Amino acid sequence: MIKVRIPTPLRPLTNGLGEVETDATSITAMIDTLNSAHPGIKDRLCDETGELRRFVNIYVNEEDIRFLMGKETSLKHGDEVSIVPAIAGG
Amino acid sequence: MELTEQQIQRYSRQIILNEMGGKGQLKLLKAKVLLIGAGGLGSPAALYLAAAGIGTIGLVDGDVVDLSNLQRQVMHSTATVGMPKVESGRKTLAAINPEITIKAYHQNVDSDNILALVSQFDIVLDGSDNFATRFLVNDACFFAKKTLISASMFRFEGQLTTIKPHAGYPCYRCLYPEPPPAGLVPNCQEAGVLGVLAGTMGIMQASEAIKEILGIGETMADRLMIYDALEMKFRKVRRPKDPDCRLCGPKPTITDLKSDYTVSCTL
Repeated sequence: MIKVRIPTPLRPLTNGLGEVETDATSITAMIDTLNSAHPGIKDRLCDETGELRRFVNIYVNEEDIRFLMGKETSLKHGDEVSIVPAIAGG
Repeated sequence: MELTEQQIQRYSRQIILNEMGGKGQLKLLKAKVLLIGAGGLGSPAALYLAAAGIGTIGLVDGDVVDLSNLQRQVMHSTATVGMPKVESGRKTLAAINPEITIKAYHQNVDSDNILALVSQFDIVLDGSDNFATRFLVNDACFFAKKTLISASMFRFEGQLTTIKPHAGYPCYRCLYPEPPPAGLVPNCQEAGVLGVLAGTMGIMQASEAIKEILGIGETMADRLMIYDALEMKFRKVRRPKDPDCRLCGPKPTITDLKSDYTVSCTL
């Protein structure tokens, strides 16, 4: 199982859950699985062309996927995924 | 410059720390720190920086104190509602530590005034409340080669990182290349924020500022810290330099502050 950490701004889409589990083997598959269970989440993460939005980062363990293989970054059992959008409140 | 008897007494509990000492205290007294925003994050940061003896503290904020601010903006009080935040803040900080210099700028930062402002200081703390200002502050600090301690919050969640591309580390645009378009995220009033969270994040900013001034401990310049108050969880992720960064990359397309920093009230 892979734990996916849902940030506060997206929790209205996950019934308030801060963490969900997946057995997806890549970030692309994870986003699709998440979207099936929680419709609307893909639109928040990806733009019209399917690319990850420029103000949302996804980390596998401690690493930003933009500096790995992007959405094709693979996932394995025990990984922890964090979705981290830019926030600006002060 | 030497510490007076009174200063030795005032700062004794931190002078006794090996990592600080009298030398470190003198560094703090010589340091000039600018706080962008005298609100939720700026308030607790300013209180501790003043108490620690940061010699010059600049406050820049165009707002006046509102009753709805007091739930988290602890530098202000019921008695200063209606007063410019920077004046209210100046009074509070001067009462805590009358020997430091407080510079109050009752204005919002914009692309015309920001470079002149940040150039007078050594370290900048971003506690602003919108993306446009955050990108502007990042870009200005990049051009002025000033270390920036950035924190932000949303409801129960906070983020913190140190930005010093002049020392080879990534900038804010390496982390988030672009701000979200207006309308995609809730605006300031809709979102809400746990007041105490402002304290947690603002004080961590003050702590990182003091570490940068003293040159002690581990820098947060290649890390992003994410704090979830509900789960009481701190997580740190790596923050690499983006080789394609439009600002600090090898082929920059942002070479001045003339791009569009339209202020939109989105968190």
